Amino acid sequence: MAWLAGVHWDLVVVLLLATAALLWGMRRARRHGPAPRRRIAGLEAMSEAVGRATEMGRPVMYVAGTQDLDDVQTVASLGILGAVGEMTARHGCELIMPTDRSLVLTAGREVLRESYASAGRSDDFVPDMVSYVSDDQFGFAARVDGVIARRRPAAIFLQGAFYAESLLLAEAGAQVGAMQVAGTAMSHQLPFLVAACDHVLIGEEFFAAEAYLTGDVDRLGSLRGQDLVKDVTIGVLLIGALMVTVADVSGWAQLAWVRDALLAFLEG
Amino acid sequence: MSTSFEVWIAAALTLMVFSFLWRDNPFYKFAEHLFVGVSAGYWMVLGFWSTLWPNAVVKLVPEAARVTEPAAALPDRDPLVIIPLALGLLMLLRLWPRAAWLARWPTAFAVGTTLGYNLVRTVRSDFLAQIHATVAPGLVIRTPAGAIDWIATGNQGVIVAGTACCLAYFTYTRTARRARGGVARAGLLLLMVAFGASFAYAVMSRVSLLISRLQFLLGDWLGLA
Repeated sequence: MAWLAGVHWDLVVVLLLATAALLWGMRRARRHGPAPRRRIAGLEAMSEAVGRATEMGRPVMYVAGTQDLDDVQTVASLGILGAVGEMTARHGCELIMPTDRSLVLTAGREVLRESYASAGRSDDFVPDMVSYVSDDQFGFAARVDGVIARRRPAAIFLQGAFYAESLLLAEAGAQVGAMQVAGTAMSHQLPFLVAACDHVLIGEEFFAAEAYLTGDVDRLGSLRGQDLVKDVTIGVLLIGALMVTVADVSGWAQLAWVRDALLAFLEG
Repeated sequence: MSTSFEVWIAAALTLMVFSFLWRDNPFYKFAEHLFVGVSAGYWMVLGFWSTLWPNAVVKLVPEAARVTEPAAALPDRDPLVIIPLALGLLMLLRLWPRAAWLARWPTAFAVGTTLGYNLVRTVRSDFLAQIHATVAPGLVIRTPAGAIDWIATGNQGVIVAGTACCLAYFTYTRTARRARGGVARAGLLLLMVAFGASFAYAVMSRVSLLISRLQFLLGDWLGLA
């Protein structure tokens, strides 16, 4: 039993509860169908952007952030790429995807190959639609800005983890009049994308995008489970803050014990 | 005016990049291609000497450590390095269409291990620690003398209520109820206020970057400032 000594029980409890909530949501969705969802304007604008590019005869550009595959946002972005790839395949619209990481290059090609196959347009898939530029952050931004100025894409998807290059990319897209749909969980870059893009998937919306776009029952069910986790979190925040206050003000020993236990659990 | 060749090169490249503000032109294209080429080559060389050489070559052939540092102590041989090395080599099989499917294995391994590793860190630092930081001070903040600090108390109330409202905005399947919809809208409003403040702050930092470039051009290069 010595190996149990190093176990972080707070993490185990949280992960087990969160997993149970997700499984509950998925099971419920399988039995009763997915729950009604609120609209996310940025997601509805994606097909509009691809349609616009097709009508204008100009390409669609997709940038999956500037981080490697070990970043969860890049993984989420590849899920959205699959849906966007299916749209461009069905519309017969050219897709350009510059990348700054070799793993993202290979994963992007795999995702698009499958998207084009599922759209019945395998012959239209060209591996060179996904290209490697440079691992350097601003070298990548300089190249993408140049491509935007020369190819003048009608729709640009900036989906993933971005840093200081976010405004450089979004501003270049705005200058050529592209319809831009951005999505990121990088809180420091969201203001730039909100200012320069037509639609933005803010934080959590970005992670929910794949479920919305694919319509997959399990993924839509997991959204309900996630909502349950957020409800519990809101409850812990409000009740916890109130309890800490009352315990401090009243000095009740029993309440102070519960407060200390809760704070110790959260602190790890 | 500077007599340094390097300063002239840096100034010329700076002006070439700035020329993009007018429109795409051959000077910008030259700077862009140079930047991409140099940076791609730099990162490749850096990747070889800082990752592949010490983590693979030196661990398999310890004598190789003295290629870069002649006086270096020889490390122990580590045959287990063959496993990640083999995974890395599997990536190259993408070049042969018949064996290209094998390249998915290292990709899956890299994604799976890093996401699993990050999951624990994220739950700790981005979830539990954030809740603790919001809850721990309570709703009534006191001064060291014991009196109620009304400004800090108000701030704490805004933090707790604002966090709850923003969380409510990011729920997807519970917006039918009117009260919850109002709370979610309040959360969105708070987010936009926060974005506005963050944008203004970041614009100021970008202006300082521009000023430093202008100082380089006017000072280091032209000697005017």
